This record gives sequence, structure tokens and C-alpha cells, in this order.
Amino acid sequence: MHVRQTKLDSFQPTGNQELRNMSGKPRLTYLNGRGRMESIRWLLAAAGVEFDEVYLETKEEYDKLIKDGFLLFQQVPLVEIDGMKMVQTRAIMSYIAGKYNLHGKDLKERALIDMYVEGISDLMQMILMFPFSPPDAKEKNLESIKERATNRYFPVFEKVLKQHGQDFLVGNKFSWADVQLMEAILAVEEKLPTVLSGFPQLQVFKTKMSNVPTIKKFLQPGSPRKPPPDAHYVETVLKVFKK
Amino acid sequence: MAGKPKLHYTKGRGKMESIRWLLAAAGIEFEEQFIEKKEDLEKLRNDGVLLFQQVPMVEMDGMRMVQTRAILSYIAAKYNLYGKDLKERAWIDMYVEGTTDLMGMIMYLPFQPADTKEKNLALIIERATTRYFPVYEKALKDHGQDYLVGNKLSWADVHLLEAILMVEECKADVLSTFPQLQAFKGRISNIPTIKKFLQPGSQRKPPTDEKFVAFVRTIFNI
Repeated sequence: MHVRQTKLDSFQPTGNQELRNMSGKPRLTYLNGRGRMESIRWLLAAAGVEFDEVYLETKEEYDKLIKDGFLLFQQVPLVEIDGMKMVQTRAIMSYIAGKYNLHGKDLKERALIDMYVEGISDLMQMILMFPFSPPDAKEKNLESIKERATNRYFPVFEKVLKQHGQDFLVGNKFSWADVQLMEAILAVEEKLPTVLSGFPQLQVFKTKMSNVPTIKKFLQPGSPRKPPPDAHYVETVLKVFKK
Repeated sequence: MAGKPKLHYTKGRGKMESIRWLLAAAGIEFEEQFIEKKEDLEKLRNDGVLLFQQVPMVEMDGMRMVQTRAILSYIAAKYNLYGKDLKERAWIDMYVEGTTDLMGMIMYLPFQPADTKEKNLALIIERATTRYFPVYEKALKDHGQDYLVGNKLSWADVHLLEAILMVEECKADVLSTFPQLQAFKGRISNIPTIKKFLQPGSQRKPPTDEKFVAFVRTIFNI
């Protein structure tokens, strides 16, 4: 198991579960790659929260986590935070957003943020699954991503930003929705570099978000941000989660 | 003007059923406008009332809400079914995501190729009995309370009851090794608003049959 810590002296190599998280920082357990954990890394980073990471490298390590009762539904992502062993990506992100004031000022703003995040999530799901598509389906799937991004999702946010003329999607304040959209824009651009060419508002948005200090830091080399999935990552996923 | 929420979907369970359950549990009356042909969906899209061109859509409190989870979260919070603080909400969210995954498998089952049905059904039962139900059984056993979170009825309880009943439709005796869940099912079914929803004539929709599957395929091109 590989452990990435931001403060080395807080690591206690012990099997005692309580001492496992001495640093007090949130501790993320996943593979050393994007997958479903990347959106969580983005959100914590955007909120300016430092975190530790544990990377699963073998099936045995994963099975042990399950056997030790760490994973509520036997799945990762796992985020140890505030005394809880949180699982389920959306639950984790909702908690982080709520805790760090990135979830709107009232129920209606929260509803809007949730709607935007869910839509973007559907687009991100296509990107998440892409590396696992069979070779003969890759071109078609890439075309689907392009179609959905440019016809269904990006136009919505282009319009929202144009209509209110504000810097952020909801309530004139930085929120989870902005972080998620930024992540999605960059992820789609990695596959389709000119995808924002018909979206001037999103181009401006992207620049603005890149300059938010916490996001700027996350976008620099050496941050916890993970690279795009490659063949080795796909292989590790299949190996660790093999039935 | 606060009228009743208005639900836009096809006349079947799908992704809207959990929303019907939650509104009903909260004692909220709602109207439904059913998509009965392709043109109905096209009209909604052309009228610009579907943010991402998709249903479910719920007109509520001056909003046209889309995305099932966003809608459910809003209803839960509005009607005090979302815990008393951020940590209780986190637990409710975790539990609900689990039952969502389980019910998602059941929802897609009728749309799978016929030759995979038996295998997929077996997987559903396996997941229900080894991954999901044990979690809720243990939660109830550990705290000995009537409800999953915070000793108070929440979205998590409503969602779990919905999931239990759906799995039982696949395998009637699936709760035989889960005494806590059996008691839970009895208790939650007797809550007046839920009891009413479980009676004939309510807006609860029947299990998905082949006719409905064929209908859905034509409407949504799947």
C-alpha cells in the first residue's frame, strides 16, 4: 500500500484503526488515479483543505479493507473525515460542500447547485467509463461525449453565465457547481481540445476559475491532481476490483 | 403561488417512483402529467422546460427541477426528512446512495437482454442479501431505534422501505434472514402517510411489465 502524506511525521505504521488517521486531515483511500475520487480531490483542494491519500495497489489490500469493515458497501472511494468513514461519492461531496460553504446560502440555491452538479456528473460518467470501453467502441463513445458536451451540457452553463453575467454559476458566489464544471471542462478538453470554441462564456469562466488561488494551486505540478487514465491505470482497476 | 408539485414522467416507476414515495411519505399531494407519446417529450424539450432535455421533471416552488437526486434532496430538506445537522445528513446520504444503487439494478433489469435476465436477477439478490441489507440490519440492531438515522423518520427510511418492497417483488422471502428489516418494514409501512401510499388507488405505480418496457423504449429511444 502506498501512502501519500503532506506531513511525514504524522504517519503511524500500525494496524490500529484509530491511529490510522493521526494527522486530522481527511484521508482518501482509492487507486492512484482519477476514477471516482478525482471530483473529491478537486472539491477538497478548491476548499483549501489539505488531505492525505492511501493508494490501493493490489486486490489483497482491497479485500483487507473490506474484511476490516472499513467500507460500508464494500466499495471505494473511502474518505475518513471528522470521525466518519464516508463512502459514496455524492454523499462525500455533499458533506464537503456543506462543511466548507460551497453549497449555496439556502435550500433553493442548494437545489440549483445540485441540479448543475448532477448534470455535469452524467457527462463525467461518460468520461470515467471511456477508458474501459472495448477498442471498437472507443470512437463512437468519444463522439457521444462530444455530442453531449456540446449539445446538452455546455449550452446550459453558457446560457446561465450569459443570463446573470456573474462570475459564478449560483448566487454570485463560488460553489461546488463551479468546481465541478471546471473539472468537467478540463476533462473534456483533454479529449477534444477545441470543444470550447463555441462557448465564449465558458472560456472566460475557465480562465477565472484557473485563477482562483486554491484551484490555481491544484492545477500546478506536484499537487494531488491525478493524470488522465492510461493503460496501466485501467490494468490496475481491473486487477484490484476483480471478482 | 404555491400549488401542488407537478410531476412530468411516463406512467410507470422508473426514476420518478422514489420521488412519488418521498412526497407521499411527507404527506404532500402532487399532480402528474404523463408522457404518453414521443411528441409529449418533444414538446417538453421544445418548450425549454427540461434543463438537460430529460425527465423526471418536477414543477415545485417556482422551479422546474430536474435530476432525481437534486429533487429528492430538496424535498427531504424542505419537509424535515434530512436529519438535524450535516453529519446526520451525511449518514442519510450514504444510506440512500446504497439503496439507489440496489434499486437501480432492479430498474434496469427489464431492459436487459432476455438471456441475461436470470443472471442479473441472481446478482440483484446476491447484492441485496450480502452487500446492502446487512448494512441496514446492522445499523438498526446497533442502535435499537425505530429509524435509521437520528431516531427520527428520514428520507433514508422511506428509500429503504421502497427498496425492500422492490426486492421482495423479485424474491418474496428475501427478508427471511433479516429480522430487524422485517420489523422495520412493518413499522414504516404503518406510518399513516406511507400506509395510504401502499393502498390501491394511490399514485404508486405497478412493477414494470414488458408492455411498459416496449413503450419506454420508443419514447426514449433506448
